[in-house]
Amino acid sequence: MAKRIDVNNLNVYYGGFLAVEDVSLAIEPNSVTALIGPSGCGKSTFLRTLNRMHEVIPGARVEGEVLMDGTNLYDSSVDPVAVRRHVGMVFQRPNPFPTMSIAENVIAGVKLNRGRMSKPDTEELVEASLRGANLWDEVKDRLGKPGSSLSGGQQQRLCIARAIAIKPDVLLMDEPCSALDPISTLAIEDLIQDLKESYTIVIVTHNMQQAARVSEKTGFFNIAGTGKPGKLIEMDDTTTIFSAPSEKATEDYISGRFG
Amino acid sequence: MTDRTLTDTSALGELTYRRKFVNSGMTVLVYIAFAVALIPLVWLSYTVLTRGVDRFMVNSNGDHVFNLEFLQQSMRGVFGGSPEGGILHAMWGTVIITGVAALISIPIGLLTSIYLVEYGKGRLKSAVTFFVDVMTGIPSIVAGLFAYALFAILFGPGTKTAVTGAVALSVLMIPVVVRASEEMLRLVPNELREASYALGVPKYLTVLKIVIRTAFAGITTGVTLAIARVIGETAPLLIAVGVADSLNFNAFSGRMMTLPVYIVSEWRKGEAVCNNPDVLCVPEITEYRAWAAALVLILIVMALNLVARLISKYFSPKTGR
Repeated sequence: MAKRIDVNNLNVYYGGFLAVEDVSLAIEPNSVTALIGPSGCGKSTFLRTLNRMHEVIPGARVEGEVLMDGTNLYDSSVDPVAVRRHVGMVFQRPNPFPTMSIAENVIAGVKLNRGRMSKPDTEELVEASLRGANLWDEVKDRLGKPGSSLSGGQQQRLCIARAIAIKPDVLLMDEPCSALDPISTLAIEDLIQDLKESYTIVIVTHNMQQAARVSEKTGFFNIAGTGKPGKLIEMDDTTTIFSAPSEKATEDYISGRFG
Repeated sequence: MTDRTLTDTSALGELTYRRKFVNSGMTVLVYIAFAVALIPLVWLSYTVLTRGVDRFMVNSNGDHVFNLEFLQQSMRGVFGGSPEGGILHAMWGTVIITGVAALISIPIGLLTSIYLVEYGKGRLKSAVTFFVDVMTGIPSIVAGLFAYALFAILFGPGTKTAVTGAVALSVLMIPVVVRASEEMLRLVPNELREASYALGVPKYLTVLKIVIRTAFAGITTGVTLAIARVIGETAPLLIAVGVADSLNFNAFSGRMMTLPVYIVSEWRKGEAVCNNPDVLCVPEITEYRAWAAALVLILIVMALNLVARLISKYFSPKTGR
């Protein structure tokens, strides 16, 4: 079930360094939210706080709260590992597990967590997830081949299939198309529109056309200078952001006048 | 803008005579270096092979026919220049002692490397790294003395068992295993760990099922090479396990022969004295035995390397289409 996310006064630190300052925003269920902004402005860092992936980096910590349907992800009773089962993630570079076949990659998350699965259940989940990622027709005859035998775009869709196989509520995408060619990018963008039916999607992208094409809401992050924290400058309907943003910085960025 | 055209080769930088000369000179040097490096290997293999077959060409009746008695007999009741006696007990000893050493070293070494790569931080990590480095430099004889002294304290003076030898070999083997598997674990891309965490897989499962599985081929190769490295150790085993003439399958009691120690003890016997013309006697038999044992030892090490390659080939991440 897609869930809504409310972020209240979130600060992200790496050790003593404040990387992202005072972010508050709301993400509606079954919507696509795009986060744009220059490199190093903290949008990927912010994205990672939505499934506590930033905690993998030593010294990273968070102040403030992230509510998923009212439950604070940073409550002391919440298990970070369990959070990631509800909030899936797709990375910039496709990263299928090199030792596993296509089918094994798809069910990796389920199998590693739950152990054994019956054969019909496995086959059903593999097919459903690959269909969900628009990859089934391309790979159905070679499910036993290694995941790394696919093209880059197919690998990325395999990673999406792997992420949706654990049936998350929210799907985070960290520049999912930046390593892909335009045709593969189009395939992923179409897929995002389909995935919206079942999931809440947050996507970080450097490609403003992409943000305009896929998202309903867009948030613009910016940084005042090196060593300064990244901030959410403004967030609004995508059409508004790209036609009449209320902040000068946003307008400068989307029209290419920055720096 | 100068009007350089493509026909004007000097614009691109001329391929000078000097560069051509240096290039071919270096190529020749590289090939020579390669050939020089091969000389000892080929020479050694040839010598061990030609000398090693002598023992296989004489049977217990003194006939010059190819036979495998050497692999089927121990040295029990073999005296003087009698053309009998083999390495059955020494092969079993080598297998048992190296096996026990591997059983001790692989878990300790692997867990240490997992700690260093996946969990360790701060002072403890640097301390462990430092001591592993120090352990790498321990002379093998010292490892033997350590194991001997340890067992003397625990089980009384003069305790020489296979396990004593295995402990000595473990001291030498653990740092090699740690180093090799540490390198391999570090080679596993961080992206795979992140992919696994993002699927809600706990860290221990990520390490077990993703990191180790991805590095498995390399780890196996490292472990096999570590075994190959200690299988030829002589000095520590001479001290910690001693010598024996008969088969002993009990790792916890009694001395045991091993292949390297067998080579030494046969070589030390020197040429056999043949005084009695009624008794079958081959003066060079001890030398034959030593060379033949060396040949078998080298074959075992080669077989281990081959196994490592096969395992590595079977388990390495697949990239083929």
